Amino acid sequence: MKNALGRELPEKIGSYKVRPYSGTYENDAVNRCVVSNRKPTLRPASGTKLLPTLEDAIKATGLKSGMTISFHHCFREGDKIISQVLTAVRNLGIKDLRFAPSAVVNIKNPSIVEFVKDGTITRIEASGIRGELGDAVLDGLMEEPVILRPHGARPRAIESGDLMIDVAFIGASASDDYGNCTGQIGPNACGSLGYAFVDAYNAAQVVVITDNLVEYPCNPVSISQQYVDYVVKVDEIGDPAKIGAGAARMTKNPRDLMIAKRTADAIAASRRFVEGFSFQTGAGAIAIATTIYLSERMEEKGIKASFSLGGTTSNIIDMYKKGQVRVVACSQSFDAVAARAIAENEGVIEIDNAVYSNPYQKGCMLDKLNFGILGALEVDTDFNINILTGSSGEMMAGLGGGPDVADGADISIVTLPVVRGRTPSIVPRVFTLCTPGTSVAMVVTEAGIALNPKHKYYEELKEDMQAAGIKLTAIEELCKLALSITGVPKPIETTDKVAAVIEYRDGTVIDVIHQIKRK
Amino acid sequence: MGKDALKRTSLYASGASPVNLLQARFYNEDCLVYDLEDSVPLAEKDAARHLVYNLIKYQRPAGKYVIVRVNGIYSEYIDEDLEAAVRCRPDAIRIPKVEYAKEVKRIDERISEIEEAAGIEHGSIELWCNIESYLGVLNAQEIATASERVVALALGAEDFTASMRSTRTKAGAEIFYARNAVLMACRFAGVEAVDAVFSDINDVEGLKNDVALTKNLGFDGKTVVHPRQIDVVNAAFTPSAKEIRYAKRVLEAVEEGKREHKGAVTLDGGMIDKPMELRARTTLAQAKAAGIEM
Repeated sequence: MKNALGRELPEKIGSYKVRPYSGTYENDAVNRCVVSNRKPTLRPASGTKLLPTLEDAIKATGLKSGMTISFHHCFREGDKIISQVLTAVRNLGIKDLRFAPSAVVNIKNPSIVEFVKDGTITRIEASGIRGELGDAVLDGLMEEPVILRPHGARPRAIESGDLMIDVAFIGASASDDYGNCTGQIGPNACGSLGYAFVDAYNAAQVVVITDNLVEYPCNPVSISQQYVDYVVKVDEIGDPAKIGAGAARMTKNPRDLMIAKRTADAIAASRRFVEGFSFQTGAGAIAIATTIYLSERMEEKGIKASFSLGGTTSNIIDMYKKGQVRVVACSQSFDAVAARAIAENEGVIEIDNAVYSNPYQKGCMLDKLNFGILGALEVDTDFNINILTGSSGEMMAGLGGGPDVADGADISIVTLPVVRGRTPSIVPRVFTLCTPGTSVAMVVTEAGIALNPKHKYYEELKEDMQAAGIKLTAIEELCKLALSITGVPKPIETTDKVAAVIEYRDGTVIDVIHQIKRK
Repeated sequence: MGKDALKRTSLYASGASPVNLLQARFYNEDCLVYDLEDSVPLAEKDAARHLVYNLIKYQRPAGKYVIVRVNGIYSEYIDEDLEAAVRCRPDAIRIPKVEYAKEVKRIDERISEIEEAAGIEHGSIELWCNIESYLGVLNAQEIATASERVVALALGAEDFTASMRSTRTKAGAEIFYARNAVLMACRFAGVEAVDAVFSDINDVEGLKNDVALTKNLGFDGKTVVHPRQIDVVNAAFTPSAKEIRYAKRVLEAVEEGKREHKGAVTLDGGMIDKPMELRARTTLAQAKAAGIEM
């Protein structure tokens, strides 16, 4: 069968039943009560939740083969919790687990692939599976398809019962012995624990893992003791250099700077760029440069933003300190400066990922966002976005909040170069469809800006851009230019086996990724 | 592109860097100089020549004045460089380290031979001469008038100051004479004058000051070493709305004077002389070339 975007989908993939994307936010979860695995629990008799080892904690949770475990990815590439927990799980002989972190970071020694190969993990659900695991999955590592869903869809999946978590392992850079914990302080501070809240609220058992046990009560507190069953102190929860080293710097790549400047100019030309506007930029090189240029445009116009949203970098904190942003709402902190900023600044706040991006609740912050900047690997002439797979089909990145931001923001702007190396980025049809084109307002490249005629604010944007003297190009022209430079790449050959399913915000299937055929 | 093309900025793109060659077209430079000379290592001269030839022939960027900078007149590469450069038909060929008029004449003849052999219209390829030594500066006037093909002289400050044993400074007092000498030669010959690069790509304020001097001296454009310098230089050479308004009023007053057979024309109580009229015409020509609607 085909979904509303013309993507061919099987009816069933392994045990996964496909509901095709229809573009209408169809999900019967709205007719049911929120479900949760959390049970009323009588307070611990011993007066402490502290256990000596991870093995002890795993045993105490009653984790058994076939269950579901979860993690957050707030320590990014510096995470040392996931591998320690999985090693302990393996030592206890527990197998056949569903591994459901908010995202799979590229951890090594040991890598996740080894835990799949030895049968510890048999199913994976996450927002992305970058790195070694992603490549292995596309090479046919797993029997069951990996389920990829954007940040906003994960809380929905959990609360609607699609993803029931048995044990949530929550890394924290500071915790007391009763489970009050945070990522805002301590030697391995990661900042916002945005992705861990929904797990803490809904898992049957919650284990907090820290390397920094503090006196009761921990202050500040992100996740409260009422949700936590056990606390374990380990030697190391992460590598601070990889959690987020220093402050993110402005790129010197002239192409990226040009795209960023154009993006800031386009935002400044919009009628929505007024006192109290809101924005989300992100952490890529172009996004950071856009943030800096945007700050300049705001200064020139003499306006301030009401809030910035999502993953936060030091550049946003700089803007806050200059008084340019009233509230910095962090679902994640991308660098060391941003990580510490929550504890140090009143207006820099930690937000639950659900508050940030879940459309299936009584309103998320994305609903109020004016401008959202997105990165992409490919955009096609229907403005559909691929943020997952690269030129030879390999897994390059995660969905993140991309599909959420595109749909939530009034004006969603995709920033990317027309050509990367010898690969076109503006193509007739994206290899993997992650974000529907109808939710994308504009594409900004070094070769020009294209507006999406099918976007709800097309007429407004066209008028605003033209009034500011910003030259517009058709997306087809950008595609033609890209292909004139690179030629038309040979199609990527795949097998019939579906390696990964991509769910949209509402849980319907927007596309699937097939196993890559290797020569 | 034709002779009226704007020449505010000339950006070098190394023939040894396929990425830079491809990217250079996307910036706002008026003139794109594909380089076969200093930026190309000796071992890559053939590859760079081949790449630039094919790029111009099959991927020529629209809306840019395209230049090939060939290797030195006395280098072993010059014949093959000219052969390839002429046949891919850029707007101009840029000759490094020109010191004598006879050098320009020799290159001119060689280009004519290749044009004829290739069936290209005679004289269609223009020449830019880089003035990069005290000899070049001393002979600038003869160089600028040595061939019909010469449309611009470009000062190269680093090599010039080396030949002078001067110390290169940001303020640029050591090249002040050379700038004026090249400029006078250009005005004498009726060709464009292109100023030297400002080398520190991280010093935006320094570049702004330098290009202000470039413009005030009377240059038509400037060579840039990095894409980040382009917008600053273009802006300096693009007339402001106020300058355009004033230029229009000057020319309107001149026209009115002619209609009414007045000997002397005044504006705001001051007399408009011939140089003022000329400056006004230049301002409007620059504005028009920069695409400003008037």
